[in-house]
Amino acid sequence: MRVNFTVNGRQQEADDVWEGESLLYVLRERMGLPGSKNACEQGECGSCTVRLNGLPVCSCLVAAGQAEGSEIVTVEGLADYAKHRDDSHPGGGCGSVCGGTSLQEARQWQAKGTDGQTGEGGQLSPIQQAFIDAGAVQCGFCTPGLLVAADELLERNASPSDADIREALSGNLCRCTGYETILDAVRLAAARQEETV
Amino acid sequence: MDFLRPASWEEALAAKAEHPTAVPIAGGTDVMVEINFDHRRPEYLLDLNRIGELSEWEVGEENVLLGASVPYSAIMENLRTELPGLALASHTVASPQIRNRGGVGGNLGTASPAGDAHPALLAADCEVEVESVRGSRLIPIDAFYTGVKRNALAADELIKRVHIKKADGPQQYSKVGTRNAMVIAVCAFGIALHPETRTVRTGIGSAAPTPIRAKAAEEFLNAALEEGGFWESRKIITPSIAKQFAELASGSANPIDDVRGTASYRRHAVGIMARRTLGWTWESYRGEGRSSIEGVA
Amino acid sequence: MAGTTTGTPTNVTQKHSKGGIGESMLRPDGTLKVTGEFAYSSDMWHEDMLWGQTLRSTVAHAEIVSIDTSEALAMDGVYAVLTSDDLPAVKNYGMEFQDTPVLAYGKVRHHGEPVALVAADHPETARRAAAKIKIEYRELPLITDEASATAPDAILVHENRDDHHSGHVPHPNIVHRQPIIRGNAAEAAKKADVIVKGEYTFGMQDQAFLGPESGLAVPAEDGGIDLYVATQWLHSDLKQIAPCLGLPEEKVRMTMSGVGGAFGGREDISMQILASVLALRTGKPVKMVYNRYESFFGHVHRHPAKLYYEHGATKDGKITHMKCKIVLDGGAYASSTASVVGNAASLSVGPYVIDDVEIEAIGLYSNNPPCGAMRGFGAVQACFAYEAQMDKLAAKLDMDPVELRQKNAMSQGTIMPTGQPVDAPAPVAELLRLVKARPLPPEQQWTTTEGSDVRALPGGLSNTTHGEGVVRGVGYAVGIKNVGFSEGFDDYSTAKIRLEVINGEAVALVHTAMAEVGQGGVTIHAQIARTELGVQQVTIHPADTQVGSAGSTSAGRQTYMTGGAIKNSCGLVREKVLEIGRRKFGSYHPAWANAELLLEGGKVVTDGGEVLADLVDVLEDEAVEIEEEWRHRPTQAFDLVTGQGNGHVQYAFAAHRAVVEVDTELGLVKVVELAVAQDVGKALNPLSVIGQIQGGTVQGLGVAVMEEIIVDPKTAKVRNPSFTDYLLPTILDTPTIPVDYLELADPNAPYGVRGIGEAPTLSSTPAVLAAIRNATGLELNKTPVRPEHLTGT
Repeated sequence: MRVNFTVNGRQQEADDVWEGESLLYVLRERMGLPGSKNACEQGECGSCTVRLNGLPVCSCLVAAGQAEGSEIVTVEGLADYAKHRDDSHPGGGCGSVCGGTSLQEARQWQAKGTDGQTGEGGQLSPIQQAFIDAGAVQCGFCTPGLLVAADELLERNASPSDADIREALSGNLCRCTGYETILDAVRLAAARQEETV
Repeated sequence: MDFLRPASWEEALAAKAEHPTAVPIAGGTDVMVEINFDHRRPEYLLDLNRIGELSEWEVGEENVLLGASVPYSAIMENLRTELPGLALASHTVASPQIRNRGGVGGNLGTASPAGDAHPALLAADCEVEVESVRGSRLIPIDAFYTGVKRNALAADELIKRVHIKKADGPQQYSKVGTRNAMVIAVCAFGIALHPETRTVRTGIGSAAPTPIRAKAAEEFLNAALEEGGFWESRKIITPSIAKQFAELASGSANPIDDVRGTASYRRHAVGIMARRTLGWTWESYRGEGRSSIEGVA
Repeated sequence: MAGTTTGTPTNVTQKHSKGGIGESMLRPDGTLKVTGEFAYSSDMWHEDMLWGQTLRSTVAHAEIVSIDTSEALAMDGVYAVLTSDDLPAVKNYGMEFQDTPVLAYGKVRHHGEPVALVAADHPETARRAAAKIKIEYRELPLITDEASATAPDAILVHENRDDHHSGHVPHPNIVHRQPIIRGNAAEAAKKADVIVKGEYTFGMQDQAFLGPESGLAVPAEDGGIDLYVATQWLHSDLKQIAPCLGLPEEKVRMTMSGVGGAFGGREDISMQILASVLALRTGKPVKMVYNRYESFFGHVHRHPAKLYYEHGATKDGKITHMKCKIVLDGGAYASSTASVVGNAASLSVGPYVIDDVEIEAIGLYSNNPPCGAMRGFGAVQACFAYEAQMDKLAAKLDMDPVELRQKNAMSQGTIMPTGQPVDAPAPVAELLRLVKARPLPPEQQWTTTEGSDVRALPGGLSNTTHGEGVVRGVGYAVGIKNVGFSEGFDDYSTAKIRLEVINGEAVALVHTAMAEVGQGGVTIHAQIARTELGVQQVTIHPADTQVGSAGSTSAGRQTYMTGGAIKNSCGLVREKVLEIGRRKFGSYHPAWANAELLLEGGKVVTDGGEVLADLVDVLEDEAVEIEEEWRHRPTQAFDLVTGQGNGHVQYAFAAHRAVVEVDTELGLVKVVELAVAQDVGKALNPLSVIGQIQGGTVQGLGVAVMEEIIVDPKTAKVRNPSFTDYLLPTILDTPTIPVDYLELADPNAPYGVRGIGEAPTLSSTPAVLAAIRNATGLELNKTPVRPEHLTGT
């Protein structure tokens, strides 16, 4: 069958799709977008997380045909997506209840890290840069899914508590880091976001 | 394999009538796992995502009409007051990503004893609205589960929505898993106090071939509460009543040993959860209870 | 081959002026990894490629009576269906023993063994074709444990063994046996005031790397093959692959693709030979990607073990003796079982001074899933048992468990049970002091103004307790792990360094075959090159087989070994550069004669800091290139009777304190904090060091409370090959992990470094167990702890 949907703002079409193919397979193998990862294909690891009409979902559990006509954002389009969001709502938006990580804690991070020699040119979204800076990337296989999930968390909750971060990322397994640096990265991105308000 | 994409409910019913073996797919969180792992090769997949009304809900006087595809995350966010037990159960479903896709229609359609929604639905009391080209009917939840992964649906029927009684009292839900998130139930327990009818209803998951109610425990508790005038006095339930309720709940379980847990642990855990959730709901009923934070919901 | 290959690794370049060793430099591959552009082995794609699919055995032990592939072959879109009969050359491979069939022939020896292969134009076509292959099995009796393996009439898992251990083992179903006898344990036991004994069971753990086994094999015009795979050791793969393809090694050109984690599970071959055979047969590129189900059968696991221990001590807490027997189940094929046995035996005493010991470790052949390398390699199982023994001993002596450990802690100068002196710092007592000195996390952190936050309680989101039944416990553990390859193995790494001027700037190219599996080797390599050559810009060449072996990314050895090789080669490059400088400019300044010239900031400087020349002027258009092997000091085999021998290169030490909260009624556990202290020798990149320690710690936590491959003892079949039932810790299961690290240089190692990746996986598990015992008062001699164990149900 043929499927059409929009990925990262671009209309995409795939032909000869087998009816049992997942959105993940079509993205990876038919559209040249292998950034979303195939780690379990049973919705138990979150490595394939994409935004489907705005919601983070496991793309391995969406039949390709179900995505017909949808808007999809993958890790490849995350930086653009974040940029457009910031252009339309500068600063993200944190209401009156900003309880989370203090700016000071986040600055300690900057002091400990070095200058960001990776990601020069500013094409990365804040959460992508924070993952690099905080050492949240090791093998990196879980990273794309975590980035999509964490970016969505910060979109709806600009100052998440540690428990909020843990809950929002509880569907994304990481086998390398022990998660501590991932928490650091989300705290760092949140603090930087606040700083720009 | 054929992929059927009905654009309306009527088209979906017609497709199901024409292809009774078609497997409905909505959130995909069960069906796609089976396809990815080569456990199932249905002749037809019947995609229900284009039928907007399945993702809608309506809060009425007595009932909530909950569309079969309303995602768990929407239930958590929007129906915590009306359906507190189901909202709690929804929060235990898999991961945030899965909760954004899955809905009660999938749990009911699969009818796995481990489905997280079942104990909450049983405790709240509801009717499942199913429809075919032949017409529509309401199946009481107590008559819905007919065997291991079997339900009362005819081959040409689809689940449209669930008519769930709005909470008239506190409800609770607990699920044991060997991980603190994203885990399939080893067993689960739901409880709903119904002060209007002065009854308590329960639901047990993953501890019998189908989701069940702990009927003996309910009957005992209903009688004990009535006899002791607890509904009026709102006094503390005595430990002996709670203990017997827990024992009876545990006794109504009929679990098996599997990789997720042993039968005797399941029986034990059902009892503990029954006692605790009764304590939480009753404290709440007494109007002085602690509440529990359920995350960002 | 026509067509283009996408996803081939590109050179990663770090532009930086500083960024030498000791700094928390960021990963050079970080940007690619956060944008989704980093090419993992499962991302490889080639025009016109086919998909490979295996068919695996449905029974654990059986004769193969017949295989019928005709229906599969007849299907549209199917290009090849192969069985062992179709293999072009050698039919077996293996790292230490060549006992593993590429495709089973004669019989299958474990559940999920590959029997046939399909290549088709779509993965679904390949799966349907595989399902049409008919195999008839005649089932054989099962070997599932020590008793069934060593019974006098036991059926042999492998007949006619001729490997290097077959001559000395007491039974052909024992892969290897390593005793260690030192002093006289029986005699010393008489001095003991108390004796404790214990039997411990360690479950089978999966590496569960997230990137599945996968890769792309592209047939080449010269009859050879270009292979893009994710592995821990390119050259070891190559040595096993080439004979099975009937090709000389130079015709098998391997390039490392992105590796989605490894942890030991990629030290053995998985799909490499299978995809290559299909590619050679069909003349088309073949991609293979295991799904998660297949991945559980696609690599070896951590050996499950039974451990029997006896310790004695005097009233004042001095350990008198230790006796132990360790039985490791290696499963159907040897993999690295023999080396795991050597490790388990030689490290079975733990980081303690015990003069009189009687140790025996054996590794079995069975019909269970094959086991081999996983982070901690034999030392993990032993640590779980000896640390449980320490707590038992402390309880019996009515002593503080940390004090007992400190009292018997080894230190520099201690003689190991193998007779090997510990000749580098061994700050065991200090590591324990550090974790103990940390303030405990506050009690009842789940209490908020609005009630109980279930996310901070046992059971988490499942809402099982609001504080009822919850008891806190604290536990300690410490462990010892060897670093590098032991027992006389010729362990080396190779580094090719090229220094030249590009666009007016001196640039270093570092080319090694080191497998970057996520640990951050590529970051460190650039840091070392900067420190040694004083250049700003370092390019890391993709790892491939066009350079000499780097050895395995395992055993905590890569920073030591390939780091050492790069340091060494850079030193040789520097000498050549200075030679050129002397030739060109020697007459300009007398300091050129000075032997202590350095390369710093792109210049040749004296040790006093005087600039003699710009590197650009010294090199001009000349490139200096060195490829050199580098070895650690040699080790010896362990004596097969006494176990004596200087078998290890280096030791690593870590200690943990675990704080847990247990719902004692439901048997659910929340680990609240896991504090670690570790000696890292020298932290070349502190950010990476902490990442390794925290990651290793959580793998230990997983095995303590949830991770286990469950094998049915009646059928030897795996019951939970999925992420639904093989549970990994989520971020809600993982505690805060404060890390203290010491930097006590090892005088034998480059920069004083110590392998860091493995030690934290050892002590994490027993610390969590100790904390749960502390909370519940239960004995708990098994991993993982299940709710049933805590509730007696």
